[in-house]
Amino acid sequence: MSGTFDDLRDLYQEVILDHGRRPRHSGRLERFDATAKGDNPLCGDRIQVWVKYAPDGTIADTKFEARGCAISVASADLMAEVVAGRNKADTAALFDAFRELARTGACPHCEAAQQEALDRLAPLAGVHEYPSRVKCATLPWHALSAALQGRGEASSEGGAP
Amino acid sequence: MNVTTRPALLDVARIREDFPILQEKVRGKPLVFLDSAASAQKPRVVIDAMRAAMEHQYANVHRGLHWMSERTTDAYEAARDAIAALLNAPERHEIVITRNITESMNLMAHSFGRGVLKPDQAVLISGMEHHSNIIPWQLLRDERGNELRVAPITDAGELDMEAFERLLSDGKVGLVSITHMSNVLGTYTPAERIVQLAHAYGAKVLFDGAQATVHRRVDVQALGCDFYAFTGHKLYGPTGIGVLWGRRELLEAMPPFMGGGEMISSVTYEKSTWAQVPHKFEAGTPPILEGIGLKAAIDYVQAIGYEAIAAHEASLTDHALARLGALEGVRILGCAQDRGGVISFAVDRAHAHDIATLLDRNGIAVRAGHHCAEPLMHRFGLESTARASFALYTTREEIDFLADSLARVREFFA
Repeated sequence: MSGTFDDLRDLYQEVILDHGRRPRHSGRLERFDATAKGDNPLCGDRIQVWVKYAPDGTIADTKFEARGCAISVASADLMAEVVAGRNKADTAALFDAFRELARTGACPHCEAAQQEALDRLAPLAGVHEYPSRVKCATLPWHALSAALQGRGEASSEGGAP
Repeated sequence: MNVTTRPALLDVARIREDFPILQEKVRGKPLVFLDSAASAQKPRVVIDAMRAAMEHQYANVHRGLHWMSERTTDAYEAARDAIAALLNAPERHEIVITRNITESMNLMAHSFGRGVLKPDQAVLISGMEHHSNIIPWQLLRDERGNELRVAPITDAGELDMEAFERLLSDGKVGLVSITHMSNVLGTYTPAERIVQLAHAYGAKVLFDGAQATVHRRVDVQALGCDFYAFTGHKLYGPTGIGVLWGRRELLEAMPPFMGGGEMISSVTYEKSTWAQVPHKFEAGTPPILEGIGLKAAIDYVQAIGYEAIAAHEASLTDHALARLGALEGVRILGCAQDRGGVISFAVDRAHAHDIATLLDRNGIAVRAGHHCAEPLMHRFGLESTARASFALYTTREEIDFLADSLARVREFFA
């Protein structure tokens, strides 16, 4: 029996370990326009996101407080990064693309306008090999969607991952 | 408890040959199955017994007058005898067969809770219960007003016996419903003392034996308890079968749980009468194949013997506590004097799910999460832990591999 985890680098890439350990967007926004909680009742992971809009309605800033695994925290942090400057429709489309990436490991039909963001999110694509962990990656996005739609809560068990 | 030299009473290498699944590879590596407390693997004899029934001897039970039905009834009812012997129950008719232990607990909350307890009587549980021994009593409380009391546990993960007695002392507790062995901490509760105290204050006692029956011989007459529940699939048997033992006079005083076929004596639209115990509580076609499988599992365990099983578990537990306890940054929950082969732990800077995923890459299966015991997690200031649990087929080498792998997990997230 060997005790090496080298082949896990496909799932836990350095960017995930780094953002999981030292998230840049962790914390609360004192002044915010929208907030929502996300909850995965199966594993007890929870997240709350806060969003501040710019005057033109795009996302100016996103912060979060999460209790969860390295993948969920890294996913929340990278999400906060890539949604900055996007309006609600853009963000929803990006969530759809990311969901496909997380579930299948690729997003062949994704729009060119999303490519830069998806490249940034690509380290999370490794979760597609671990069906039970896909929800870890998508929970922050469910919470953000709920905030943008004015719903207070999202659950990982509400429908599609 | 740190005894390092125990008699090798169990030939684990031979036992492993009885479990076909242990030959499987996971991600190209040998399966190291340390999640038996969630559900145990099945020996060949269980698989063969269920298969043989389906291939050669199967029909519905208790009703057919034909050969197949009579033979199948005999095979199914033999499970009741095996269960009665396993628990040393005074009478086979005191064994109620359910679908799982959760159904057993809900049967108790329904038939004893709503049918026997008075609304001003309380139910006392402990701070280390599985959700299946919390929620049914919450539902009872919310519907009928029966108070739900919770006896706290100590930092060591043991039942606080002073507080336990204090909660009994006003005589209002009608039922103590408590685990015999924690599925998170591995703690064995002091069952005889619990029964003595409860009876002294007029309460009946129900034990959740889902974990305890796997590792130690349970003798309900020696314990002196009133009810005892366990589930088949953790005892190397199939899913879909559980057990509730109760004293006959108590079962007879309880109204039925579910209604349907099998549980009646006579039926008219005006009034129906109930079958004798245990059939009064066994509505519908019972878990026939599961009963046949559970009997095979019980026979298998009995043939090995609980003395050897308990010694094996103690030896593995001591070894695991020593190995995991020596790892920097690994925190083991609880340190009860009397504990068994279930160990929950947290690793610095690593979430339980990340631990489980990393271990899985080495073929090691552990459970990660709240283990259906959220209040207990909160008691220790945690949301989730990883849990390794041991069985007949667990080896010291597997525990060494777990410890070595955990050291690597810690490096990975350092």
